[in-house]
Amino acid sequence: MSATARVPRKRFYRARAHSNPLSDSHFPVPIRPSDVDFDFDFDFDFDFDFASHYPQSSGNPMDLVRFADVGCGFGGLLVALSPLFPDTLIVGMELRDKVTEHVKHRIHGLRATNPGHYNNISVVRTNSMKYIPNYFHKAQLSKMFFLFPDPHFKEKNHRRRVISPHLLDEYAYVMQLGGIIYTVTDVEELGDWMKSCLQNHPLFEPVGEDEITTDPVVKLLTSATEEGQKVARNGGQTFMAIYRHVASKED
Amino acid sequence: MEEGLIEESESGNSCTDEAAPALIAVHPTESSVVVAVGSELRIFDLKGDSAVSPLDELGGPHHSASIRAISFSSDGELFASAGDDKIIKIWKTDSWNCIRTVQSEKKVSAVSISQDSQYVTFADKFGVVWIVSLKEDRDTKAVPILGHYCSIITSMKFSPDGRFIATADRDYKIRITVFPRNALKGAHEIQSFCLGHTDFVSCLAFVCSQDQSKGFLLSGGGDLTVRLWDYISGSLLYTCALDDKAGILEASEIEENDKRAVTDICASSDGSLISVAVQGFNGVMLLSCDLVAKTLSFVKNVSMEKSFIPTSLVLVSSKERLWTVMGASNLTSSDLNNNNQRLLTRVRIISFLQKDPLDSCSRDPALLEDSQVPGGEKLLMQLQGCLDAAAQEAAFAAAAAAVRTSLQNMMIKKQYSVERRELRKRNRNDKKIKS
Repeated sequence: MSATARVPRKRFYRARAHSNPLSDSHFPVPIRPSDVDFDFDFDFDFDFDFASHYPQSSGNPMDLVRFADVGCGFGGLLVALSPLFPDTLIVGMELRDKVTEHVKHRIHGLRATNPGHYNNISVVRTNSMKYIPNYFHKAQLSKMFFLFPDPHFKEKNHRRRVISPHLLDEYAYVMQLGGIIYTVTDVEELGDWMKSCLQNHPLFEPVGEDEITTDPVVKLLTSATEEGQKVARNGGQTFMAIYRHVASKED
Repeated sequence: MEEGLIEESESGNSCTDEAAPALIAVHPTESSVVVAVGSELRIFDLKGDSAVSPLDELGGPHHSASIRAISFSSDGELFASAGDDKIIKIWKTDSWNCIRTVQSEKKVSAVSISQDSQYVTFADKFGVVWIVSLKEDRDTKAVPILGHYCSIITSMKFSPDGRFIATADRDYKIRITVFPRNALKGAHEIQSFCLGHTDFVSCLAFVCSQDQSKGFLLSGGGDLTVRLWDYISGSLLYTCALDDKAGILEASEIEENDKRAVTDICASSDGSLISVAVQGFNGVMLLSCDLVAKTLSFVKNVSMEKSFIPTSLVLVSSKERLWTVMGASNLTSSDLNNNNQRLLTRVRIISFLQKDPLDSCSRDPALLEDSQVPGGEKLLMQLQGCLDAAAQEAAFAAAAAAVRTSLQNMMIKKQYSVERRELRKRNRNDKKIKS
């Protein structure tokens, strides 16, 4: 499938009714997952052999995304995951416009210097706390990443944290049973918070230590991103909470 | 004065004169009718043919600010009311005593009673749904069970079998969540999202026919559509766009360029009769749902007097009557003789008892005259506040416009310039209430 320089199909995206062109907080949001304009969001310069990788595919490549990096920042994790999972489509979600553009350029650059590689990662500018169900359908993802999220230190701002009891309902919804959520932070209080939200949520269970040591993704959490590298340079501690989505226990 | 819109970083100070629409609720067997307008609960007991004053256990005013949501339980024994005073009151409908008063941290936008009458849920304007169990001690605080992040919940309904709770918000979403047996622990398992509305969702109604094991959901929204969903899977089955339906443009009192919204919807349990209220339309639109073909079709409009734009609808299936009310928290009588400035409402009823002789499945809706209304003048006096509400056309027209503006303000997020945003951030005050 080769990319064409297309304008995204506007009618499937919600448009702000009264846009302020001076504001940078506007981005198209799909009404529902089947409306995601894949050509717009995944800019493929090279052929990605969908037919052989995904013979059962519904035709909408967005269905095939399996990993989501929520708050992907400058794309360090996406770039590290890409060669480890060459047959998996991975999407980064980032709110900041300029940062998203940076990631796009970075990916294009990598594709140019490494032909045939880095075709499976992309980034979309969006607010994942509001719009995750607009992008992913039920039980779609097998991994979700929350690396060094904003701590929102003040108590009145705790409800803005990306991991919260209410939002975990939505993350569980878009994840497959058995899918894994990876969180890491260098702020101990936030680490405790995230772990406690996950621990208290009936649809998540901790992933065992032995499984964590053998999971190739785990060391990327602290090494792959700029924040992770900065923490390591400063000799800081990191706090991880890795949980698996499980079925409700209610009979 | 700035309108208070609910953004995540903002104070909850909404303009105190935002017009709140009048609401109507009827007991399932039509033994009593309640109109909520402003902070008043106006109750008429049809069985006893008398007006009723609800009894608050504290003897104080029942609500001290506009009531935003009311609901009977499905067996009719309980009634819940809640609104801008951040209080939810639960009443027993035989004696109209208040059996429980629950405090909310924020203003309440929706309230609902579970099918087994064990739980009362309410949604606040920050998008969180809270629950109390009627079996527990009266002083027990409500606990949160789910949240729509940073969005106002506009409608909340339990599925007829009680297994699910549907919540709709102003961010175009409908969420269907499994309602667990031990609901106090939270409703974490999302069954589906019904996505498809291209503007805020304003109302929900469940539908299921006798012979179908599947259930369906109807929704109406700011995109002027009524949609039919299979709520188990979240699939959109049918969209009925109302903007081109017979008569709606001519009858509308709103300029063509302005957006109109569906404001209320109610359906007979088998979906054969769906009534829809639309902003600017002085009447009710009737649709019909074919649950086998999974389609919606427009049946007809029932027009009422000019300026009567219903703010709330309720269908009493057992009596085949649709009760409608028009009113607002700022709609008072312009009668100078009347020193007691009561809030006015207008109640109109459509009867569906007459079946079309040619087609037994379709009904001939008949708008009842005041003399034909159950409970007669007594009921109208109690619920409307006067008997000549029909003569107050100008007041009703102004109220309709005010209600429409306040709905738009609530549902459409305003865009501010950068400087104004900085100013708003500086002045915000969203400290947690010390409990």
